[in-house]
Amino acid sequence: MTVLAQDAPALRRSWLDTAFAFSRRQPLGTFGLVVVVAAAIAGLSAEWIAPYSPTANDFAAMTEPPSAAHWLGTDQFGRDLLSRIIYGARTALIIGFVSAFVGGFAGLVLGVGSAYFGGLIDLVLQRVMDVLMAFPLIIMALAVVAIFGTGVQNVIVAITVPLVPRCARVVRASALSIREVPYIDAARTCGFGHARIILRHMVPNVVAPFLIMLTAFVGQAILAEASLSYLGLGVQEPTPAWGLMLQGGAEEYASTAPWIAIFPGLAIALTVFGFSLFGDALRDAIDPKLRDR
Amino acid sequence: MYRYILNRLLLSIPTLIGAAALVFILMRLIPGDICVVRLGSGGSINPTAVANCHAQLGLDRSLVLQFFDFIAGFARGDFGTSMWSGKPVSQEIATRIPVSLEIALLATLVAVLIAIPLGTISALHQNSWLDHIVRTVAIAGIATPSFWLGIMSILVVLEVSHLAFGAPWMPPIDYVSLWDDPLRNLSIVILPAITIGYRYSAVTMRMTRSAMLEVLREDYIRTARAKGLFEHIVVNRHALQNALLPVVTLIGIEFAFLIGGLVVTEQVFNLNGIGRLFVLAVQNQDYTLTQALVMLTVAIFVVTNLAVDVLYAWLDPRIRFG
Repeated sequence: MTVLAQDAPALRRSWLDTAFAFSRRQPLGTFGLVVVVAAAIAGLSAEWIAPYSPTANDFAAMTEPPSAAHWLGTDQFGRDLLSRIIYGARTALIIGFVSAFVGGFAGLVLGVGSAYFGGLIDLVLQRVMDVLMAFPLIIMALAVVAIFGTGVQNVIVAITVPLVPRCARVVRASALSIREVPYIDAARTCGFGHARIILRHMVPNVVAPFLIMLTAFVGQAILAEASLSYLGLGVQEPTPAWGLMLQGGAEEYASTAPWIAIFPGLAIALTVFGFSLFGDALRDAIDPKLRDR
Repeated sequence: MYRYILNRLLLSIPTLIGAAALVFILMRLIPGDICVVRLGSGGSINPTAVANCHAQLGLDRSLVLQFFDFIAGFARGDFGTSMWSGKPVSQEIATRIPVSLEIALLATLVAVLIAIPLGTISALHQNSWLDHIVRTVAIAGIATPSFWLGIMSILVVLEVSHLAFGAPWMPPIDYVSLWDDPLRNLSIVILPAITIGYRYSAVTMRMTRSAMLEVLREDYIRTARAKGLFEHIVVNRHALQNALLPVVTLIGIEFAFLIGGLVVTEQVFNLNGIGRLFVLAVQNQDYTLTQALVMLTVAIFVVTNLAVDVLYAWLDPRIRFG
């Protein structure tokens, strides 16, 4: 017994070993994580790393091509594109994370609750989810923005609402199988309340698909925000946002100043690409059965 | 089977009524008044004129009556008249649907032509460099915003045409029917179709690969190989046909969601389709038009889902209609 107890800690790997093993097994996922971390650092420390203010106009340097002074060039108002992209990372990640987490957690509670209670509650909730699911994400978001108006907070609401049924549907499917296992019956027999059974016994068992979905949701939310801002229904000027940077000037100056269109789009694609790669790798690591999908 | 279809159709009624109620409430929650907007924003607006406008559009009646009118009209196939343009909603939709439908169908074709061969090759060479490239291309397709891809494709066309002909060329924006001028029609719809199709293909490619990998591990594939069949027969006749079942489902479901992609892509290419009409209807607070467009989208979603389920069961005799 003593020998076993002493051996046990040696079997446990440090987080550094785990990270190294993950990066060897999942090189693409590691690349994704690096992109996500880089975007997060850019967003968090924008004040210190951005060379210019994102809203400062330099009318002497409008539609300047990339140069030593402006690494990614300037837009039609003489604003530094690199600085706007760095600050735009903050807008994208705030909207992405808040929408994904709020929408995800609301979906988690509704999905598990729906599966746990079953019967009429499940039937009604599922029909409501059916209705919400039938609306394409961008159309639902359009309607919500039309009601609440534009701006960061309202865009978050607009993107969060359509994410709820998508999460609830997947979580419910996982929770339905868990509802039937003996330890849930045992918990009921012990006289535990519904909240305790749901939160302590069911939710932890659907965390794997939930986490995977959450990473996908962040990417989807960033894309939705960019689309709404591009349509002029999302974040408004002068807030730096990637989708907004592609509105107006990008098409107008496509042939004379293509960098205005190229770099913000690359920033969106690369960040969402990073989240997708990391999400895929996370899924493989958490659930080996899904490795080939 | 008929009983199953009938059951499914009946089950879709609550979804349609729910969607109708939701869009009805959402539209009424939008701040502002269409009559005030229609009568002009400058100067003072005559309250009598606003009241007349409300009466003319039926907005002076109770919300319950308005809702029942909307549902009854929808059941009869009468969507009413656009509050903004005054034209029948069916006419507004009918003039714009050809371009959107053509882009959607062409995008599906582009997606299938890219996704199924690449997904199959990826599965057949699992974990090879080819597989990694295909998977990366697929994830990039999901990550790239379609409107940016649209802008980039315009940029490439401008540059290439400038280099080749000495003058930049842009695809025309006035829609011409395929039957009137096929070449001009294709030049209008091909770029939006590729833009949407790439994203669509990325999702389908991942599903094809995953389904093929599962099927390739089945016993009957081993048996087919053990019989000495040529590999292309094993792949095409035994594996792919079975792997296509979930792919068909996905293609159907994604087709129903194409309208979401059209909303942004039509804006990029300046095309007067259903997606653009959607944005205009919401911006103008055109209740009747927005309601009709949402109901059309939801109806397409419900019908496509049903069609996919029926097709699924028809393709796979093991599935019984429950």
